[in-house]
Amino acid sequence: MAEQPVKRVTDIGPPNFDQFLHPIIKKNYGQWKFHESMAPGVYFHEAESGDRIYTVRAGSPRLLSTETIRKFADLAEKYCGGYLRFTSRNNVEFLLDNPDNIEPLKKDLHDYGYPVGGTNNSISNIVHTQGWVHCHSSATDASGIVKSVMDALYDRFTHEDLPAKLRIALACCLNMCGAVHCSDIAILGVHRTPPRIQHDSLHKVCEIPNLVASCPTGAIRPAETADGKKTVEVIEEQCMFCANCFSVCPAMQLNDPVNDGISIWVGGKVSDARSQPRFSKLAIPFIPNDPPRWPGVVDAVVNIVDVYAKNAKKYERMGEWIDRIGWPRFFQLTGIEFTKYHIDDFRFAGTTFARSAQVRL
Amino acid sequence: MADEKVQTKLLDELEKGPWPSFVTELKRGAKTSPVCNGLLGQLELSYEEKISHWKHGGIVGVMGYGGGVIGRYSDVPDKFPDVAHFHTLRVNQPSGWFYTSNALRTICDIWDKHGSGVTNMHGSTGDIILLGTTTDELEPTFAELTKNGFDLGGSGSDVRTPSCCVGQARCEWACYDTMKMCNDITHEFQDELHRPAFPYKFKFKFSGCANDCVCAKARSDLSIIGTWKDDIQQDDAEVANYAAKGLDIQADVCDHCPTKCMKWDGKKLAINNRECVHCMHCINVMPKALRPGKERGATLLMGAKAPIVQGALLSSVLVPFVPAEELMDTIKELVDRVWDFWCDNGKNRERVGELIQRVGMGNFLDAIGLDAVPEMVSAPRDNPFVFMEIDGDK
Repeated sequence: MAEQPVKRVTDIGPPNFDQFLHPIIKKNYGQWKFHESMAPGVYFHEAESGDRIYTVRAGSPRLLSTETIRKFADLAEKYCGGYLRFTSRNNVEFLLDNPDNIEPLKKDLHDYGYPVGGTNNSISNIVHTQGWVHCHSSATDASGIVKSVMDALYDRFTHEDLPAKLRIALACCLNMCGAVHCSDIAILGVHRTPPRIQHDSLHKVCEIPNLVASCPTGAIRPAETADGKKTVEVIEEQCMFCANCFSVCPAMQLNDPVNDGISIWVGGKVSDARSQPRFSKLAIPFIPNDPPRWPGVVDAVVNIVDVYAKNAKKYERMGEWIDRIGWPRFFQLTGIEFTKYHIDDFRFAGTTFARSAQVRL
Repeated sequence: MADEKVQTKLLDELEKGPWPSFVTELKRGAKTSPVCNGLLGQLELSYEEKISHWKHGGIVGVMGYGGGVIGRYSDVPDKFPDVAHFHTLRVNQPSGWFYTSNALRTICDIWDKHGSGVTNMHGSTGDIILLGTTTDELEPTFAELTKNGFDLGGSGSDVRTPSCCVGQARCEWACYDTMKMCNDITHEFQDELHRPAFPYKFKFKFSGCANDCVCAKARSDLSIIGTWKDDIQQDDAEVANYAAKGLDIQADVCDHCPTKCMKWDGKKLAINNRECVHCMHCINVMPKALRPGKERGATLLMGAKAPIVQGALLSSVLVPFVPAEELMDTIKELVDRVWDFWCDNGKNRERVGELIQRVGMGNFLDAIGLDAVPEMVSAPRDNPFVFMEIDGDK
């Protein structure tokens, strides 16, 4: 007799978090009173009941093998009853009830090559996208730049000696799967050339009306090839290389090994503490791709961090520091060249012009 | 078994230095997985040629779902047949990214059996990312995931996997239960999450206070930010303790207050709570002395997105305050009305924030049945081009 098909299970949603909570967390849920830092990457929360939960935070490359995840599971079982979590910036956090286990856990993490830190006024892990590991539209790699930058900023992760927290994020193209646009420092992959249209295949793989509608500047219009195939043409001076057309049509290739590269943006924030959330602003329009270690990007980021660390006052985020000293001084202190590319020419450009005679001279 | 181990001269440079290396992780995977070996080979080629070798998209998935799987094919399958297909599954994370070691081992076992054995913990939106498998393995992986209590997350023009901060599980500042709200909303909208029917993506993010640890205000169509309505809870003895330990309360706290609503006379901190905008700075600096008030809830903001297509947007205030106990019902009713209007009027790949820009906030508010309130703007308009409804015939 044929086997009965197994009933297919769908739409069960995520597992309820409740089953994954440390007993101390479960007991004191919603009853936390205060927290205190103990060392970079280590802090405790105390509840109204007097119970404490200790957290040890370690950085990770985000791209993890099952071997390493099992290592984390081993460490969690050895030191904290198997309870752990990850943070919104891809750090792993071990949740301990016994403070005596903090130092042995830190040693084991160190021996495995995973640094403890990323709290308070440090540079936490870099949020980033897939790059050449998995993405078709990336203008640069993601993981390799993050690794190179974090190697250079390692001490800024393991120490809390900056004026305020500093958040770095990387997206490998303007689609910004990592939504980097409100970071203290954003590393953003950019294309700089119009799409190369594959006229032979376009009519087979794309819906032309959708493709025409996808262009934010109306640069794409229907056309025909000499031999009568339906295709499109691009008014190149109207193209701003956003790649939205490539997202809806694979026959609009943008990737370009010579002209793709990286831009650097500064001064954004999401938190409302002190000043309101704001976008990052352009600091460096273009740095060529230079794998495997991207020295141009690493030097640029380290320079901005160092100048900020030296000049900002306590609690000033990057953007708040620039508010105080002004953009001219930012460019002067960092030695970054200000060019015509820094002046906005897209929608609402005028809102970023200096419409006042208040000038620091 | 695996093809010959690939040469990775350039990638090997990324095993140097103190920060943990993703190349080391890929090599750990490649010990048992030919997929990882192929991935290393193709990535080395990208490093040599400075270009991606993945082809555009490809519609693959599991039966009955329109999202949750990202199709990916190599453009050099002859060189690296092990990554000819390299599809990714997005698995919906538990609220707050909490796990037990057993839960992690379960995911590892499934992924070692059915895929590459490499992951992202986690993806940008919040999902567990299982990187790289073949079309044939998608359905068996899904069956094992659901058998073990996990389900796929969103992709494409659907509700994307909601995410939240650690909330009341381990934070004294969470003004509502972000973890439960995120979990319950995700379960409420399973159909919208798994079957794309919108003009484009829709993201929910839940932060317990204005510090916004999940970047809701920058990254989600509906940003739910915890706040309070009454006075900051103040412990004068602890304020004095901070001062005694060397905190300069005037410089470090009062001078940074955005509305200058605090006064320090050297002994007592006086807060004019009616002028407080709940920014969190003073509470961040003195967590033992100051705490959010007791009348808690959330501010609802709408419309954030990254630059594609019409430019990046931050969310803006839609409902200034919703009491914590009314949040679930309010959110459900609100998105019901917003989705109706968006689905009728949104263009292909137009996020809600862009729709609001295009039709005007006033028209959007009319459409969803919300009254305009001054908390929605930083200032009233400064141009006189107002389209008013007038009495009588035009």
